[in-house]
Amino acid sequence: MKSTRRDFLKLSGCLTIGFSIGGISPEHFSPLINELPESIKRYPNINSWIEVLANGHVRIFTGKAELGQGIRTAIAQVAAEELDLEMDNVEVMLAETERTPNEGYTVGSGSIEQSAMAVRFASAAARMKLTELASKKLNVPVEEIIITNGKVYANNGGNSLTFADLLEGKQISGNVPPTVALKPRQKYKLVGKAVPRDDIKAMVRAEHVYVQDLRFPGMVHARVIRPPSYGAALKKFDEQYVKKRVPALLKTVRNGNFLAVIAADEHDAIRAQKSMAFSAVWSSPKMITDSEKNIKEFIKKQPSQPERVHETGKLSVESFTHTAQYYKPYIIHGSIGPSCSVALWDKEKLHVWTHTQGVYPLREAIAGLLRIPEENIHVKGIPGSGCYGHNGADDVSADAALIAMQFPGRHVRVQWSREEEHAWEPYGSAMIMEAAATLDGAGKIINWKYDLWSDTHSTRPGGKAENLLAARYIENPLTSGDKGYSGGAVRNSQPYYTIPNQQINSNFFKGPLRVSALRSLGAYANIFAVESFMDELAEKAGKDPFEFRLMHLDDERAKAVVIKLREMTKDQQTSPGTGLGIAFSRYKNSAAYCAVAALVETSPDLRLIKMWSAIDAGEVINIDGIKNQTEGGMIQSASWTIKEQVKFDGKRITSADWGTYPIFRFIETPEVEVEVLNRPDEEALGAGEAAQGPASAAIVNAIYKANGKRVRDLPVM
Amino acid sequence: MPGYQLKINGKSFTVDVASDTPLLWVLRDHLNLVGTKYGCGIASCGACTVHMNGTAVKSCMLPVSGLANAEITTIEGLSENGDHPVQLAWEEVDVAQCGYCQAGQIMTASALLKKNPKPTEQEIVKTMHGNICRCGAYHRIREAVKLASTKI
Repeated sequence: MKSTRRDFLKLSGCLTIGFSIGGISPEHFSPLINELPESIKRYPNINSWIEVLANGHVRIFTGKAELGQGIRTAIAQVAAEELDLEMDNVEVMLAETERTPNEGYTVGSGSIEQSAMAVRFASAAARMKLTELASKKLNVPVEEIIITNGKVYANNGGNSLTFADLLEGKQISGNVPPTVALKPRQKYKLVGKAVPRDDIKAMVRAEHVYVQDLRFPGMVHARVIRPPSYGAALKKFDEQYVKKRVPALLKTVRNGNFLAVIAADEHDAIRAQKSMAFSAVWSSPKMITDSEKNIKEFIKKQPSQPERVHETGKLSVESFTHTAQYYKPYIIHGSIGPSCSVALWDKEKLHVWTHTQGVYPLREAIAGLLRIPEENIHVKGIPGSGCYGHNGADDVSADAALIAMQFPGRHVRVQWSREEEHAWEPYGSAMIMEAAATLDGAGKIINWKYDLWSDTHSTRPGGKAENLLAARYIENPLTSGDKGYSGGAVRNSQPYYTIPNQQINSNFFKGPLRVSALRSLGAYANIFAVESFMDELAEKAGKDPFEFRLMHLDDERAKAVVIKLREMTKDQQTSPGTGLGIAFSRYKNSAAYCAVAALVETSPDLRLIKMWSAIDAGEVINIDGIKNQTEGGMIQSASWTIKEQVKFDGKRITSADWGTYPIFRFIETPEVEVEVLNRPDEEALGAGEAAQGPASAAIVNAIYKANGKRVRDLPVM
Repeated sequence: MPGYQLKINGKSFTVDVASDTPLLWVLRDHLNLVGTKYGCGIASCGACTVHMNGTAVKSCMLPVSGLANAEITTIEGLSENGDHPVQLAWEEVDVAQCGYCQAGQIMTASALLKKNPKPTEQEIVKTMHGNICRCGAYHRIREAVKLASTKI
């Protein structure tokens, strides 16, 4: 980490140089008025995004978190491109309250679309200002100023200046104008390339700092004693027993049903946690249903008022020629590194180091939990283990904050155990999807009805303290009457196909398990169902699966990825016992286009041999970033689809480790091949979630081709 | 508490910890070698893999009391300048996404290549079985191990 708090304090009173937009002649503007990115509208000043350092290098501020998606590199690429800097001369500072723009949560594959585009505009505006300043300083017209590799000079020769020389200790200020001229794409040297990620160099040398690795002088280790089941009440515990077993116990923190131990040494904290758990007596409330095996029946028994998500034409409900029901179980995020956070209450301010996806919403939620003003809380984002959505990151930060307030002046580190992460994180909801359709004589779909049942797909804190796990266990517990973000359930519930009569309905249920956002939200289950059903309909219509999809698609970019996938797989032979399946979706029906094929063998055992993907994420910023996300997304989705479901016994979660909740290992991993369709003139779109849905349907469609068995309930095994 | 003599990355250390303290916590909390990661604590994920006398072992279940004559190598000590062929291959293939499991993956792979510089695909898969990756970077790990094997 190149920046420190001290740097920030030094800088917060920094001088800025303001410019008038009128100072540049109109011919330097792009002829078009740009629609500025939302993040720029909220933070229009260039210096919210860019700081020129004393050595002429540039520091970029993003309100997004690095989740392993490589956003730091993509943002640096965009900035270096617009400012004509070397990659080495750009550093990216990740989300931190008071320091970086508030860009909400790092979710929904939105970091490229929001943050990288904001940085692009801010960098272009900064370049404009630097050019103007150089023109004055060198006494030549702006047209004659050249910026290359961080050097600024007049095209008639002479000495070059750095950005810092130009600014003389000040910073660039002024709003980003909608007329700012972006660099023409033909001149790109970095954008679109597979620029290697700097953080990978650090990772392979153990120099990369994860939140789990933070160490501070005098830091202590705390552990929370989890109840045996959701909502259990703490009846008693025996601190003397724990002290006898672990004399190094520094403090026991109890707040209602929230119980924690602190020790100077991490292993002592773990031992104290075990002893305390042994000594504690809890009530034993039952869950509202007693096993994952009964979830489908449970869901259907819940009273529900269906919401109409979408309607086109007039549905003829009597004429369905084909119907099917699909099911997706509860799935974990399963970060390899359990959640971790460090907090320090210095008696004036609470500092929190966290791998949250949203530092500002977390700050607001912690303020509500502790009942202290937000201004008294400073939250700094530090990369953690990949989270794939809302895992325990916010919860562990709340744990650390609660404990740190009881242990002032010392950094308190809370590290969740594997069991805590498995059993207490908010899962991706179980879902039921029912589809019905009518084919006409030509094999075209004329009627489409789709009903889904789902719990919420976001209980992120979003400023709400009651969504933090600890909030339910403290003395005056905070409970949520809010059912969360139900919008996530219907993501991709509407097929991207042209069908004249459609009706989509959504039913909400409150399930037995804690749930929130998991990579792609409801899109994974909806695309699994829609694309399985499309395959079933293709067979009924007597059409080839590629052809059947193409005849229902109007969007040329959608067709292009399906056609590309057909080319990629055309030489793939299938022998008896093997099958090739495909699926397509446009993520959110408005973001990246992705077609996936899977080749499986079903005899003697199920084996996923290979997966292919053709993806169009608009303008490519980092091609390797898109490939890596798509390859990894397919493999992760294959693991969800084939192996994964959270199990419970009516009292507690029984999927508590990698033995009871197995995921893909090396031996199960297929070969993967990804082709990226670059669209330099289209908007750059996030690619981190586009493969999750189509990968699942491609696999079950391949299984059907191989053995004639249609898998409608996940997981496959 | 007794003092335990440890040899880690070629250097000798004495640590005063309880006898059942796993090596992982000694590395991370007493020696500030935080490159070795905690993942599960029951040797089922591989994030904490180190070398003991050249063999890949999971440090989260290895009590410090049993390491008297062992030579331990962690990711920090794998090479002097971070240029072990496995590290270079990892960089060349751009393996990592979040990277959390990667130190463990690299330690398992480097131990394999030390014993068997030209492993077959099956040998790679079998050896790497104990290391899991949730980002799904397995195919790139496999490619990087193969690439490293051409340079050892």
